[in-house]
Amino acid sequence: MSTEGLEAFSLAGRVAIVTGGNRGIGFAIAEALGKAGAAIVIAARDADAGERMAASLGPRAAFIATDVTSPESCQAMVRGAETRFGRLDILVNNAGIMRASRAEDTALADWQAVLDINLTGAFLCAQAAYPAMRRQNGGKIINMGSLAALFGTAAGAAYACSKGGILQLTRSLAVSWGADNIQVNALLPGYIESDMTRGAEAERPGAFDAKRARTPAGRIGQPEDVAGAAVFLASRAANFITGASITVDGGYAIHI
Amino acid sequence: MAFFAGKVALVTGAGSGIGRATACAFAAAGALVTLADIAREAAEETAAIITQSGGTSLAIRADTSLAEDAAAAVARTVGAYGRLDIAFNNAGISGGRPGQDDFDEARYDRVMAVNAKGVWLGMKYQIPEMRRRGGAIVNMGSIAGLTGVGAFAYTASKHAVIGMTKAAATRYAGENIRINAICPGAVDTPMLARATAGVVAPPPGTTGPVAAAEDIAAAVLWLCSDQARFITGHPLVVDGGILAS
Repeated sequence: MSTEGLEAFSLAGRVAIVTGGNRGIGFAIAEALGKAGAAIVIAARDADAGERMAASLGPRAAFIATDVTSPESCQAMVRGAETRFGRLDILVNNAGIMRASRAEDTALADWQAVLDINLTGAFLCAQAAYPAMRRQNGGKIINMGSLAALFGTAAGAAYACSKGGILQLTRSLAVSWGADNIQVNALLPGYIESDMTRGAEAERPGAFDAKRARTPAGRIGQPEDVAGAAVFLASRAANFITGASITVDGGYAIHI
Repeated sequence: MAFFAGKVALVTGAGSGIGRATACAFAAAGALVTLADIAREAAEETAAIITQSGGTSLAIRADTSLAEDAAAAVARTVGAYGRLDIAFNNAGISGGRPGQDDFDEARYDRVMAVNAKGVWLGMKYQIPEMRRRGGAIVNMGSIAGLTGVGAFAYTASKHAVIGMTKAAATRYAGENIRINAICPGAVDTPMLARATAGVVAPPPGTTGPVAAAEDIAAAVLWLCSDQARFITGHPLVVDGGILAS
C-alpha cells in the first residue's frame, strides 16, 4: 500500500453529525472525528451543554438542537449540517438513554422512551440522512449498539431490546443502501465509564468492580477507547465493511 | 503518518495476495517487517517492492505448519530487529472445490495443518516474545469461519481460527497482548483466482462483491494500531455486506 493507503484513514473534508454528541462516548467520538479532519455537528436536546461542547471543538464544529424522536427535527438536523458545512458524509447514531428496572416493574412509558430514543431515533436520523448521502454518492452511518444487544440483563429489557434492534437496523440499512455506496455498521461497546454508567454506579455501587473483574483486559473502558473504531468506520479505509458490528469491550464478550 | 514507526511486524504468507498488500502497508506506515512465505522468491519479490518505496523488510522461507519454521520466523525477526510487536498469521490455503473435495482426506489434513495449526504454532512462538512489552496479533479467519460456506476442511479450519483467537485473547489480554481475527468475504487474490479457474468472482456459495487485498490490509493495520486498543478476541468481518444479507 502506498502513502495513499494511509490517507484512507483521514477524514479531511468530511462532515459528520454525532447525535448525543455533547457528552460521554458521543463527545469522545465527535472529538476524534474532528481530530481526523471532519467538521462536526453535535446534535442533542440539551442546548447549554451542546453549545459549550461544540465550542470546545473549535470553529469547525456546531451545535444543532435535535429531538431524535421527531422526523421533522431529524430532517432539520440534516439541513442544518448541510447549510453550515455544505454536505453530510457521516452520521453517528449515538443518542441513547438507559432506564434500569426489572421487567415486572417497568412502566410502559419507560419502555417506550428507551425504544423511541435508542432505536426509533436511530432509524429516523438515518432516514433523514439518506437523501443527502445519496446525492453525493455515498456516506457512512455508525450505529451505537451495546453488549446488551448480545446478552440478557435482569434490569434492562428495554435497553437490551433497543440495542438488539440496532443490530438488525444496521444489517437492514446496509443491505438496503449498499448500492448507494452507504456503509452502515454498529459499534458494540462493553462497559464504558461514562455519564450514563457513572449514574448507575452512584445508585448501585459495585457494577464497575464486577465488570472490571470479568473483563480480560482488566479495566473498564473509557469513551476514548470507542472513538478509534468510529473514526475507522467513518473512513475510506473501511469502505468494504458494511452490515458488520465491532465489539469494543476488552474481551468481555468472548468468554463466559 | 507513520502509525507504526519503530514497530516490528511479522507477516506470514507475505509473498502474495492479502499478505503482500498488508506487509507493504505496514512498511509504508513505518514498521520493520519480516516477510515469511513458503515460496522464498515470492517473499523476496515483496521485499523488493518494499525496498523500492523506501521501506525495510526481511524475506524468509517458512512453512507455517512446521514448528521449527514458526519458531525460526520469530527468532529471525528478533535477531534482525530486536523485538516483535505485531504478527499477522495470514498464511493459508484454499479448501478446494466444495462438493467435490469435501471428503478428500489428504486435503483435509493439509488445510487443517496450514490454516489452523499454522495459526496455533504462530501464536505459540509469537506470544512469549510479546509478553515482554505487549503486542497485537491478527489471525486470518474468513466468513467461512462464521457460517457454513466452502469445502468442509476450509470451513472447519476457519472456525478453528476464530475459536482459538477468542481463547487466546481471553488468556493474554491482561498482559497487553491483543489477538483478533479478520474475516474477509471474497477478495481479489491469486488464491481466489485459482479457486475460480482464473475468473475472479465470489466463491461458490457466496454472492456479493469482491474486495481488493488493500481493503483487508487497511483493516489489519487498524486492528494492530492504538486506535483499536480496547478490541480483543473480535472476528472483524470485511465482506461488503455478504453476511448481513
